[in-house]
Amino acid sequence: MASITADSSVNNPISSGRAVARQLSDRAIMNLFIWPTLVLLIAFNFFPLFYSLFLSFTNYRATGNTAPVWIGIENYATILTDPSLWEAFTTTGRYVLFSVALQTVVGFGLAMLIRGKFRGSGLVTTLILVPMMLSPVVVGLFWKMMYNPNFGYFNYLVGMGESGQLDMLASRFGNQAIQGIALASVILVDVWMWSPFVMLLVLSGLNAIPDYLYEAAAIDRASSWFQFWHITLPQVMPLLLIAVLFRTIEALKSFDLVMGLTGGGPGNQTELIAVYLYRVAFLGQFRSGYSSALAYIILIIVIAISNLYIRNLNKIKGEG
Amino acid sequence: MTDSLSPILNLPCLIPSLMSNVTLSNITKKVRTVTALDDVSFHIKDGEFFVLLGQTGAGKTTTLRVIAGLEKQDAGNVAFDDEPVNALTPADRDVAFVFQQYSLYPTMSVYDNLAFPLRSPVHRIPETDIKRKIEQVTEILRISHLLDRKTARLSGGEMQRVSIGRAIVRDPRVFLMDEPLSNLDAKLRESLRVELKHLQKTLGKTILYVTHDQIEALTMADRIAVLNKGQIVQEGTADDIYDRPATTFVAQLVGSPRINLFQAHRENGSLVITGSDVRVVTTHALPEAFLLGVRPEDVRLAADGQFPAEVVLAEPLGVETVLHLKSGNQTLIALVPGMSDAKIGDVVKFSIANDKLHFFDTNRKRIQTT
Repeated sequence: MASITADSSVNNPISSGRAVARQLSDRAIMNLFIWPTLVLLIAFNFFPLFYSLFLSFTNYRATGNTAPVWIGIENYATILTDPSLWEAFTTTGRYVLFSVALQTVVGFGLAMLIRGKFRGSGLVTTLILVPMMLSPVVVGLFWKMMYNPNFGYFNYLVGMGESGQLDMLASRFGNQAIQGIALASVILVDVWMWSPFVMLLVLSGLNAIPDYLYEAAAIDRASSWFQFWHITLPQVMPLLLIAVLFRTIEALKSFDLVMGLTGGGPGNQTELIAVYLYRVAFLGQFRSGYSSALAYIILIIVIAISNLYIRNLNKIKGEG
Repeated sequence: MTDSLSPILNLPCLIPSLMSNVTLSNITKKVRTVTALDDVSFHIKDGEFFVLLGQTGAGKTTTLRVIAGLEKQDAGNVAFDDEPVNALTPADRDVAFVFQQYSLYPTMSVYDNLAFPLRSPVHRIPETDIKRKIEQVTEILRISHLLDRKTARLSGGEMQRVSIGRAIVRDPRVFLMDEPLSNLDAKLRESLRVELKHLQKTLGKTILYVTHDQIEALTMADRIAVLNKGQIVQEGTADDIYDRPATTFVAQLVGSPRINLFQAHRENGSLVITGSDVRVVTTHALPEAFLLGVRPEDVRLAADGQFPAEVVLAEPLGVETVLHLKSGNQTLIALVPGMSDAKIGDVVKFSIANDKLHFFDTNRKRIQTT
């Protein structure tokens, strides 16, 4: 490294641009690159982060036109004892569990299906990946149409096209309300949209498994179940867990898809924690201090869950 | 060495074994447009150590994979004891395969890897018998201390010994080994070479061993088949291959240092190496122009030698010395025992062992002289 620097200063081509660059020290160039980024990061990330932490201990309202007043942990106490929050958490938990589990299974299945090379496998892979590339709001609006009880394609597919009785997003069949249908329809869309992501990661894991492991197993008379359990799964596990981690974090803060589909309704049936937060923060009373506290509670939960995953991931990697 | 191998003699036979003659007849295999195997036929007798020798890309591994059933031939037959096995799956062919890459199950311990082929539901072997067998095998291969280790944590040499172990815990009809020693360091390769040969002799098993290393072929094989560009060039014992190579390709493949190969012609009842002083009286019926092969050890230095030459290079190897001798425009390689005191620039005298000459025609095929 040292010799290269020395060399370049010896055969110095005389051009003005280079001369200017040469006048700046390495340190100056470094600062030039780092500070703009840092300023933006501080203005739009660090400051809001810490300011909202402060606000979470106050009774501030963004519309209130009064200075924030320190009220200690009152916001946190109110939130944690509020049953509607726990309801939102339960809904979110259910949503994350089913959505991620289904995506994992469907994604893994898709990957196993298209792992071999066949005619047009590249095209098929790309087509499967399309949902993932769409904007969640667009997906939400499209599926809202598809779920429409009168002209929706979904009802036609499940054989309810004529009657128009099944209203997925309203959780209703005819005049009867059925709890859970709306949440299931949101989960279905999320699975449709994000299974390809799991598939993509699993596929790259599958392609990295050397053929001779399967050949050795075939000669050792291993059943295909054994091959899957002892060769495929362990080799794909690290990538599968990364996919699950990403999907869990994303699902925990799911917002746009739900807003596009149901807006949290009917009632609060699909009101995920992020939707609940949005309602508290920006609809009605603008309780900024209260919603900041809520946001922090969500943040801590997401970090805790991610850490659990990462710890497990490292353990599995350590074994492999 | 003998001590470490003794337990093999009383290995319990867990699975009744069959005879295992392997016959390949007219195997042809195309990989896309390239012909990987072109009308390959050979026969491996029961209990034989058969080596398939050839350079990279000659089709050795493909042959092995066809026998194992991992790949399907386009034409021809594979038969075990005269029964065609073409339709059988790898599992049903009852072969053991040692891959060049260490194909161990990464999530399982060494013990479980070794036990795996025995735990197949087909056999129903009691766990205590499996344990005993594994203990004996690991003792032979000196991997007893690794039994609880996960295979991902082993060194290359250890992994390959486990792979070999996984092949020999079973009692398959035939062992197929694909350059099992090529990824190991020289010392380990040498000792495993001896062990493998010993193992094969004591177990009396049939082994088809693939290698590009002529030393492995010569030291271990009962019989060798030389493969070049998908065709069998010669088949025979180590003696046949070394002393009566069928083509210049075989002659040059086997033997280190390489055989001397010269353009030669006839002149007044003797043969002359073109461009040199070497002239040998011969009674053989030879064509006008041909190729002459002389093994380096058949070029003998002697004070009363027939031809003078200048030493241009000397490579002392300890046990023997490789001398490069210049005679006219030609350079001969001579192998002399021990450390030679010939220095570069010295003029020495040498003779050629008249009865050990190899003649090849212009198509590079051996001219039979006896």
